[in-house]
Amino acid sequence: MKNTIGRLMLAAGLTAGLSIAAGAAMARDLTVVGWGGTAQAAQDKAMFQPYVKDTGNKLVHDSWNGGIGVLRTKAQGESTWDVVQVEADELVLGCEEGIYAWLDWSKLGGQEQYLPGMTNECGTGTFVWSTALAYDKAKLGDNGPKSWADFFDTKKFPGKRSLRRGPRQSLEFALLADGVPQDDVYKLLATKEGVDRAFKKLDTIKKDIVWWEAGSQPVQLLQSGEVAMTSVYNGRIFAVNNADKTNFALAWPAGFIYQVDSWVILANSPNKDQAESFLKFIQTSARQQDVANVLAYGPTLKDATGNIAPNVLPYLPTAPGVIEHGLSFDTAFWVDNIEALNERFNAWAAQ
Amino acid sequence: MPGRRSDRSGLTMDMMAAGETGDLRASLRRAERARTLRGLGLALPLILFTLVFFVLPIAGMLVKSVQNGPMPDIMPETSALLQAWRSSEPRGVPDEAVFAAFAGELRTASQNRTLPELATRLNFENAGYRSLLMATARRLPDAPVGSWRDTLVGLNPQWGEVAIWAAMGRASPRLTEGYLLAALDHRRDDNDHIQATDASRAVYVTSLLRTLEISAIVTLLCLVLAYPLAYRLATLPESTANLLMILVLLPFWTSLLVRTASWLVILQREGPLNQALQWLGLIDQPLELAFNRPGVIIAMTHVLLPFMVLPIYSVMKGIPSNYMRAATSLGAPFFTAFRRVYFPLSLPGVTAGCLLVFILAIGYYITPLLIGGANDQMVSALIAFLTLQTLNWGLAAALGAVLLVITIALYFIYTRVVGTDGVKLG
Repeated sequence: MKNTIGRLMLAAGLTAGLSIAAGAAMARDLTVVGWGGTAQAAQDKAMFQPYVKDTGNKLVHDSWNGGIGVLRTKAQGESTWDVVQVEADELVLGCEEGIYAWLDWSKLGGQEQYLPGMTNECGTGTFVWSTALAYDKAKLGDNGPKSWADFFDTKKFPGKRSLRRGPRQSLEFALLADGVPQDDVYKLLATKEGVDRAFKKLDTIKKDIVWWEAGSQPVQLLQSGEVAMTSVYNGRIFAVNNADKTNFALAWPAGFIYQVDSWVILANSPNKDQAESFLKFIQTSARQQDVANVLAYGPTLKDATGNIAPNVLPYLPTAPGVIEHGLSFDTAFWVDNIEALNERFNAWAAQ
Repeated sequence: MPGRRSDRSGLTMDMMAAGETGDLRASLRRAERARTLRGLGLALPLILFTLVFFVLPIAGMLVKSVQNGPMPDIMPETSALLQAWRSSEPRGVPDEAVFAAFAGELRTASQNRTLPELATRLNFENAGYRSLLMATARRLPDAPVGSWRDTLVGLNPQWGEVAIWAAMGRASPRLTEGYLLAALDHRRDDNDHIQATDASRAVYVTSLLRTLEISAIVTLLCLVLAYPLAYRLATLPESTANLLMILVLLPFWTSLLVRTASWLVILQREGPLNQALQWLGLIDQPLELAFNRPGVIIAMTHVLLPFMVLPIYSVMKGIPSNYMRAATSLGAPFFTAFRRVYFPLSLPGVTAGCLLVFILAIGYYITPLLIGGANDQMVSALIAFLTLQTLNWGLAAALGAVLLVITIALYFIYTRVVGTDGVKLG
């Protein structure tokens, strides 16, 4: 009997303790969620730490690996996250679904200060990453590829090619190589004729393509000499040239496809005001430049490329004179069509 | 199990021979029961684990493969009307009642934020339906301009076509065979007739066959490599055998990813293997070994080899060496003795090894992904794509279900042909 009472008291004590803890969690600190790794480390140094230091507010970090399903779960009840870094497809889907709060742009300093396409009603672009054409300058010198047509020309540039496995970007690059102007690429891909045309172009180098899967592979394929040129995430080329003293170059004028990672505020965040002031604080050209200098991901603010270190500038998709060659990845198109075109891609590969 | 049973009947016989009373019999039964319960208690954690992490997920997968999706929950009235409409012949665009019910439920779904889920589901029927639904919901007026039919067709002419209504009709029942059909490269057209998927998009059967083919080749290669090795290991003196065993087990203990990446380095065009062959003058041009089928088969064979060596070895260790000596002393040449005495005795190990390797191989994912080309992907890569990228869990589950059925069927055929002496799966 005595034992039972003791247990009851213990249980009561635990319950009380838990409810106090839950009470504390209600008024929790601002929680910012990035993608971990070197990117978040750079953001922490350039953005998060100064925020804590200057405002005296506390900040909790978390990281995730994307997926709209995760955000749908977070949208139930009161969220444990406030500010989240999302990729383009999560931005489009989550904004449509009302998972994110609409941003008050008057408080954030207006959308005009950003490069076109870097903001919308739900998100403010934090950096731009891109898939571009890369080759080994040590081998090809100044006579490297100038266009995606060169990429598809195995007579002029012998050797294998590498593209990311799947229809995304492969089809866009194929159309660019076939002479389609950038503005028409997605218009054409929305038609059966356009898709047929892209696959027909891919047919011309089908046996010469090595398909990569992980972001580290194209760099390794260039290093080992397996391929003469490849599509690659621009930041990887910056990293490998620094680390291994390679002389890989990005053929920006050939055209590239860029995507924007954005900050959003969850609609059910209890810390909306603080989240907005946090975003206003971190989205300055100086802080974006600090991040860009580490990662070679492009800043989204118009005036943020002025102070980029000269050794980073050649790798930056948003550098002046570079961004004009870029094609913005059409997320809405791919969300609609990825499954059908992936089937088409696999059927094509099996032929 | 058999040992235990004979043990028990032995006890019973002793008891009857001694002509003991019923009392003793009862207490003996109690003791028996206690022992069974203790045994069950020891096995309980494993049973629970298997139930929670194996049986339930598989059952969940099988259920998912026939569950249609959220349409009947999100649009109950439209679903009911569309199911009635489906039975009408010939099938034209539905009447105003369906349009009105749909418009009302579209607004509700949009307000309740359940529309994205439905839009995603309908996009599986036809690429573009997600956007069609979301855009229509955004621009839907509060009251119809004229009829709801004219209003919706005004927003997008697709609402005046049969296709979208047929797609919503297919999404209306709670259960569907649509995912299983799709996994077998078939689908229902706008009149609900089953048709083969267009060749430009029919990928799932090809991929299933490719998975079985690669797995069969890998199993065969593993057997050819492992059998002589296991035989040598089993006949060597203990100390040497143990040393060689470490060589078999060392890769077994290394991470799969590391081994796959190492094979990539070895097999690539400028890799050590090609360089060595060129240096020896055996080839002029580097061999294409990575990013194609041979690369996948080489790497998978290496990774799975220990799963073949270990069962065969353990069975061979149990074959007394004097059997072979007896056969030879009776005049059989070595090969005959081996074929008629040793080989049949080692078969249970072969059976177990082949099953183990084949079943592990059909689920392979990362090795073909990294070493294979676009045409070497196994079905698990498609399942991962559907699960993670398009959230088409129904089709992913259907592919899993088809693979499961094929595997079980093969297992039964195999055990009929080879026999299962001492081999049990599970």
